[in-house]
Amino acid sequence: MASSMIVVMRQASRLSSRRSSSSSALIRGSSHFRTSAAFAANKAAHRCYVAESKPNKAQVNVETAIKADQDAFTAQTGKLPEKVQMPATEMSADVMMSPVAGILKQATVMDEGTRPIYLDMQATTPTDPRVLDAMLPFFTGLYGNPHSRTHAYGWETEKATEQAREHVANLIGADPKEIIFTSGATESNNMSIKGVARFFGRSGKKKHIITTQTEHKCVLDSCRHLQEEGFEVTYLPVQQNGLIDLEELDAAIRKDTALVSIMTVNNEIGVIQPMEEIGKLCRAKKTFFHTDGAQAVGKIPIDVDAWNVDLMSISAHKIYGPKGIGACYVRRRPRVRIDPIMSGGGQERGLRSGTLAPPLVVGFGEACRIAKEEMPYDSKRIQKLSDRLLKGLLSLEHTSQNGDPERFYPGCINVSFAYVEGESLLMALKDIALSSGSACTSASLEPSYVLRALGNSDESAHSSIRFGIGRFTTESEIDYVLKAVRERVTFLRELSPLWELVQEGIALDSIEWSQH
Amino acid sequence: MSMTLTSGETAFQARSLFRSLLRQSSQFAAYNFREYAKRRTKDAFRENHDKGLGEREVQELIQRGLKELQMMKRQTVVSQFFQLDRLVVEGQKTGKQTGSEGGIIRQTSE
Repeated sequence: MASSMIVVMRQASRLSSRRSSSSSALIRGSSHFRTSAAFAANKAAHRCYVAESKPNKAQVNVETAIKADQDAFTAQTGKLPEKVQMPATEMSADVMMSPVAGILKQATVMDEGTRPIYLDMQATTPTDPRVLDAMLPFFTGLYGNPHSRTHAYGWETEKATEQAREHVANLIGADPKEIIFTSGATESNNMSIKGVARFFGRSGKKKHIITTQTEHKCVLDSCRHLQEEGFEVTYLPVQQNGLIDLEELDAAIRKDTALVSIMTVNNEIGVIQPMEEIGKLCRAKKTFFHTDGAQAVGKIPIDVDAWNVDLMSISAHKIYGPKGIGACYVRRRPRVRIDPIMSGGGQERGLRSGTLAPPLVVGFGEACRIAKEEMPYDSKRIQKLSDRLLKGLLSLEHTSQNGDPERFYPGCINVSFAYVEGESLLMALKDIALSSGSACTSASLEPSYVLRALGNSDESAHSSIRFGIGRFTTESEIDYVLKAVRERVTFLRELSPLWELVQEGIALDSIEWSQH
Repeated sequence: MSMTLTSGETAFQARSLFRSLLRQSSQFAAYNFREYAKRRTKDAFRENHDKGLGEREVQELIQRGLKELQMMKRQTVVSQFFQLDRLVVEGQKTGKQTGSEGGIIRQTSE
């Protein structure tokens, strides 16, 4: 207690001495100012000169403003901590960070950035500047409620939302009237599965739902919820490569099957299911076909009519749009009836009541428009980067790709590094933002259920990492990632006693582990 | 966005647009957007370079390019307002310091 008191007092005295020295400097400075001001006044009395007033002197030139901003920004990078004064203190940043550095006065400045590379495009994508540019007017001036029919504020936002609806519909080959805006793919999935099941289950005739084991959590959870309501659910297994067996699906569809729900592109392994065949099968058997297209829309060409899809979930933030908005495609001919989850004002054909968010809807529409326009360019580029990354990763020994090597979306690569634990590799790769599976489940240490469904062992599922490539990924990022992964996988394997055994040529299966 | 030499003036216009787009692209504070904008501009001009487009089509593309330029002028400013720390890949390739401001000692590897 006493010692701490002394410390406090010492600090206080140090502070006060520092303050006094700086305040004296201030006084000195101000006196200097006074003299120079007097000098200037003298001068001004001599020459009465007024700058002429021209209109271009009064206007703010955008170019100059941008340039000034840019200069200020570049001047800021590479600021030395000893020169920066921390606000509300009289200390320099150097002293704040470490007192020793303040004494030494030669702290090393790392001018390189510290922000990790983003390679988790399946979780979410950065918002495209073009999308933000389309959204901003609706955050500032155009704030009308799109459902207001009595004034211009409502009309202008309604027009914009209808335009956005058309862009979304164009992307998937649908009619604008078939697009229902929701809060995201999770809500769309819930709405489709629960809605169809409840509507057709009411008569008691159709009480069966088919889905797969590799679906997203929100589909599986909706199905489990329906099970509690008395529905029967078949969870179809997938093959080793992640694709479903069409014969198995054919056998699973019964007379009382209301809905088949199979995702287009898997979020963890990126495999693309044979949608056209499944759609044909469902149409022939007269069951509704729902697909979770969150990872597929805007990335692979989609045509809901060619695929015979009845319901489709779409998410905006997976295609460089804003978070918090998505859509559900609900077919009109033949009509799909849905029991709405949300009741209210009857917006969106009564299927999803609640006021639309025009900024988000417009951003979503713009994202879809750009996705359609840029799809050939983007897919070519993503294919190129993906090949480069995959080739580099698989050139490491004891690595394997999860999922079908032919039928997968190139922007999603899932690779297993044997004899390395995925979580520790993720920790070692702090400078790269990656995940071992879907964002919803990556918090738990459970191995991914998708990889388990493929028949992978627990160890292999544990050692898998997902790499997501998107529109804004660059070549140098891929090279950085390859180098980092190569170095750190080798490092982690050197630490592992299992790796030593493998190097000696001992098969791990042959070892009998003693029990403790 | 094109550069066909249908007439001297259009070619000049296209070239000047290309240069302003590139200049504006490099103003994005975020690395990924900056690189994308530069790459996309170059690729778009390259793609339409020797297509033999007519005057009208070229004018349409130029108009589109001007729209993009306006968008970029706004968005680069926005991006500079909300500047974050730089990525780990940035400044690694060039690695050299420009200007005399600061006098920075660089750490090349971790």
